[in-house]
Amino acid sequence: MDEILLTGHPASPGLAIGPVAVLTHAVASRAVRGDPAQEAAALKAAIEGAAAELAELIATVHGEAAEILEFQIAMLGDDALAEGAYEAVAAGAAADDAWRAALDAEIAGYRAAEEEYFRARAADLVDIRDRVLAGLNGANTIAKISGDSVVMGDDISPSTFLAVDWTRGGAIALAAGSPSSHVAMLARARGAPMVVGLGPLPWNGQPPSLALVDGDAGTVIFDPRPETRRLFEHRMAAANAAQIAANAGRLKPALTADGRRIAVLLNVAAPEDLASLDPAICDGIGLVRTEFLFEGSRGLPGEDAQYAVYRRILDWAAGRPVTIRTLDAGGDKPIAGLTIDGERNPFLGLRGIRLSLARPEVFRLQLRALCRAAIHGTLKVMLPMIAVPSELDRANAMLDGEFAALRAAGIGCARPPLGIMVEVPAAALCAEDFGAAFYSIGSNDLTQYTMAAARDIGAVADLNDAGHPAVLALIARTVEAGRKRGVEVSLCGDAAADTRLTNALLATGLTTLSVSPIAVARLKAAIAGATA
Amino acid sequence: MHDANANRAAQTFASLTAFAVLVNPVGLHARPSVKLTQCAKGFTAKIEIALAADGPWTDAKSPVKVMRVKAPQGATLHFRVAGPDGEAALAAMLALVHDGFGEA
Repeated sequence: MDEILLTGHPASPGLAIGPVAVLTHAVASRAVRGDPAQEAAALKAAIEGAAAELAELIATVHGEAAEILEFQIAMLGDDALAEGAYEAVAAGAAADDAWRAALDAEIAGYRAAEEEYFRARAADLVDIRDRVLAGLNGANTIAKISGDSVVMGDDISPSTFLAVDWTRGGAIALAAGSPSSHVAMLARARGAPMVVGLGPLPWNGQPPSLALVDGDAGTVIFDPRPETRRLFEHRMAAANAAQIAANAGRLKPALTADGRRIAVLLNVAAPEDLASLDPAICDGIGLVRTEFLFEGSRGLPGEDAQYAVYRRILDWAAGRPVTIRTLDAGGDKPIAGLTIDGERNPFLGLRGIRLSLARPEVFRLQLRALCRAAIHGTLKVMLPMIAVPSELDRANAMLDGEFAALRAAGIGCARPPLGIMVEVPAAALCAEDFGAAFYSIGSNDLTQYTMAAARDIGAVADLNDAGHPAVLALIARTVEAGRKRGVEVSLCGDAAADTRLTNALLATGLTTLSVSPIAVARLKAAIAGATA
Repeated sequence: MHDANANRAAQTFASLTAFAVLVNPVGLHARPSVKLTQCAKGFTAKIEIALAADGPWTDAKSPVKVMRVKAPQGATLHFRVAGPDGEAALAAMLALVHDGFGEA
């Protein structure tokens, strides 16, 4: 087979070369079928094999991930799940067809559930279905994907992504998918190159054995010619050398080529992101997402639990400024029992600060925990999805109230400054009208609202361009408002980590960028080369 | 749903019933369902749950069937228990529900 070049959309930067591992649902179904007794035995073996794989996998994870796997094991261990499949096999159906039909019926039941939580469990049943099918088909199963592979498929679930050790140089190439999916975010955070939107994969039966993934250009080459491979390996070596050089500069402050000091802050989604990181690589934390506290099956977190987490992050920062964002639920981040199910257009609905103001009992608890944590460092609090000044004013009044109540009760606390995230064009255009203590530009949402191109729809990914002059103009306008009002302006979206945009961003007057820890070295190197 | 053994148990031991309100945040979801079925399997008694006092009844030892009930928060969960250790089983089930399956 000659080499095949496919072009998609870049979702996570970097270059990778590796053997192709095809995700199970892209694998053809079984060729050989036996009599009902053999089919039943094959099904039984595949179910037991899947349970054994999960049991192995569970030893490597903890917390939420372990609970999900425990649930899957319990479901697999229950004869009721395969009852219908065994009946169909006894009536002459093939094991894989029977299993798929039985599980699809079960999955349909979950998808039809009234509660979002039960609907979301359909994904677990899909996982279970595909794991057993993989066993029946003798294909590479999820647990066997090694970390140096190029994982291919239509799309990949977060749980599949998390089951792979990405430190070994692997990459992801998807027929569908989106650069804004949760998996793409995870891939960027872990440094795994990823390309999405490759379209239908152009082979029948036997997949290619080797792939080159270019996460910068958004291309994948299958079964490369020796010359293509050699050139690619040259580029990888050069990129590695650049990365090593960049790593050497990671602990130094970021200066542009013409000597302008740029503050580089970290985006973190959970305190675990900070483990094993040296605080000296950054000038502080520009964004702590607090959604992780509210996700999963544990329900809404209490004040003490929140306080403990915020304090841990402030302790890690050792005096450096830490900006914690209040709950940003809604949009593509539903939270059971909190966000509204079935909104017609959730990105334009009750999300971010709108939801917090609609659920003051939840918001007040978070504000109390933040006030208590504020005495342990330099805490700033930022409100997501602000559109009009009255939202900030109401939040300020609630923060005043909680601070006063804590103080009256003799509980240690401080009142952190309240700033706004600028991600709605209205807020960018009228930034000067807000009495905000600081502005932090959320370039992901600002881009999707400015370009009217959703972050999670691959078909409009080209329009979702943070470097478009309209988006840059809104950023410049916000920077100007901050300068006039004498307050800090930073940018904490994915655009900050996209080094192709560094020059353009710095040209708007920005002096503070916030990125995920993996991007710090690369960004500092890009800043050093910038003259804007 | 009723096999011969269960019927015999039901004849020998009177059915015990009780109910409790689901207080944990998202109802009888994945983790609580696993906890409930694991706890139920620790007893020889036949244990069933339902969302109404008159059924339909679901085997509390099957996580697949318990999840199919999709019991939301605030729902009243009815228990029907029959077997030699029925009283202990019922007490354990109710304690689990009252405790919010440990995720208050």
